[in-house]
This record gives sequence, structure tokens and C-alpha cells, in this order.
Amino acid sequence: MKAIVGLLCGMVFGVGLAMSGMTDTAKVLGFLDVTGQWVPDLAFVMGGAVLVTLIAFRFVLKMKKPVLNRRFSLPGSSMIDGRLLGGAAIFGIGWGVYGYCPGPAIAALTYLDSKTAMFVAAMLVGMALANKIGKT
Amino acid sequence: MFDYTTFAYTTPLVGGLLIGAASVALLYFLGRIAGIAGIVWGAVSAQPDNAWRWLFILGLLAGPLAYHFVAGVPYPAASSLPWWQAVAGGLLVGIGVRLGSGCTSGHGVCGLGRLSPRSLFATLTFMATGILTVYLIRHVLVEYLP
Repeated sequence: MKAIVGLLCGMVFGVGLAMSGMTDTAKVLGFLDVTGQWVPDLAFVMGGAVLVTLIAFRFVLKMKKPVLNRRFSLPGSSMIDGRLLGGAAIFGIGWGVYGYCPGPAIAALTYLDSKTAMFVAAMLVGMALANKIGKT
Repeated sequence: MFDYTTFAYTTPLVGGLLIGAASVALLYFLGRIAGIAGIVWGAVSAQPDNAWRWLFILGLLAGPLAYHFVAGVPYPAASSLPWWQAVAGGLLVGIGVRLGSGCTSGHGVCGLGRLSPRSLFATLTFMATGILTVYLIRHVLVEYLP
């Protein structure tokens, strides 16, 4: 049952990414290019998504537990530190260098462009590297 | 300048609503945050109770295929950027999302939805450096590159 929920949520998420234009690196880079030929369309993606979570999460998180698990698995840390901001800064640079964040990169793998596969492979290497750094 | 002729907000908005709905459903049924960076890392690092993560990723691959097929929308044009830029971008994204504990979905969509100050600061930071990076590459470095 949990697996089916995972599959369906992933599918809807993936449809949303493809429909919204997030899997189009040219559009994403155009959106980030605020001083150039700005493509503002993608502001509606984050806007629409946050509108839904902002309203619905309030009700969901009032439940004692999620439907299929014993408890909610929410991030425990509330610290705003150098690691958080430094990591976010590095992520943003990578996003601006090619135009993919993790979700759209995975979703775009099905377009079978070899550079997308390289991006995802490098992303996994980066994750493993950061994990090593984080442990020391 | 903002190009009015190509501006289209309906598909981005509906796409965004779907992303939000999927995130709500994942929290409602499994109590999990739909942060793609976290889900992918959890899947490849073999966390316990992992089947839902791999199937989420499978859905993330199947969803766009189904959308382009059913809606008859062509795939976006492949990037014209060189391969090394894909590798550099991917590497930085991977390092950044692990150190910063989240990406556009985890911090942006879900974190802002939870009113997490941590996620708000992370989102503002990666938006700022993303914009700055594109500015530098497109409007500054372009003068010095061959």
C-alpha cells in the first residue's frame, strides 16, 4: 500500500514537473536570468505548489499520525547555520550552472539526453562526497 | 526585459498545483516530506522501509513520459550547454542539497508549506545564488570567454 502511494505521488509530481516547464533547462535558466530576457512563467510553479502545501499541510499536520505510518517523519533541526546556508548557496550555484534541480533532472532522464544522465550521475557523486564531508 | 509574447502561466500554475498535491498526499498517507534530494539519497543509501522511495522515483520517471504522450506535448529541446557544465552543475547540486538538507521541493515547496524558518532562509539563499550565477555566466563571464 505504501509503495502504491509512493508510485502515485511520484507520478503526479512528475507530471507536474513536466507540465510546468521545470524539465526544460532553457526555461529554468531564463527564469533565473532576471536581468536578461526574464521568463517569469516558472514563478507560478513554486507559487501554485506552495499555495497548496501552505493550506493543506496545516490540516494534515493536525492529525495524530499519517494514514499509513505510525508517525510523521519531519526534519528535526531548526538551526539556521553555516552548513544550511552554505549548502543552499552551493546548490543554487549548481542550479544556475545547468538549469536542473534534483526533481526535474530525474524526471528529464526519460528524454534520453546523455547530458542529463551525466548531470544525475555527477549529482549522486556530489551527494556521496557531501556525506563524507558531513561525517568528519 | 520581460518578454510578454511567450508568457504562459496556466501550465506552470497547474503543474505547480499538481506538485503541491503530490506533496500533500505523501505527507497525509506516509508522513513523509516530498523532498526529491532526500528521497533520492534515501533510496541510493539503502535506508530501511525503502520501497516507497524507489517507487516514487519510478513514478517521477513515468509521470513525464505519460504527460508528453497523453497531452501530445513534445519534449523540451535538449540543452545546448556543454557536457562539462552538466557535470559541474550536477556535482554542485549534489553537494549543496546534502549539506543544505534539501532542494527546491524539500525546502521550497514543503518547507515553506510548513512555515519552517530554516527552509525559508535556505530557499532565499539558493534562489539568490542561482540568480547570481546565471547573471555572472550570461552577462559578465560572456565578455571574457571565447
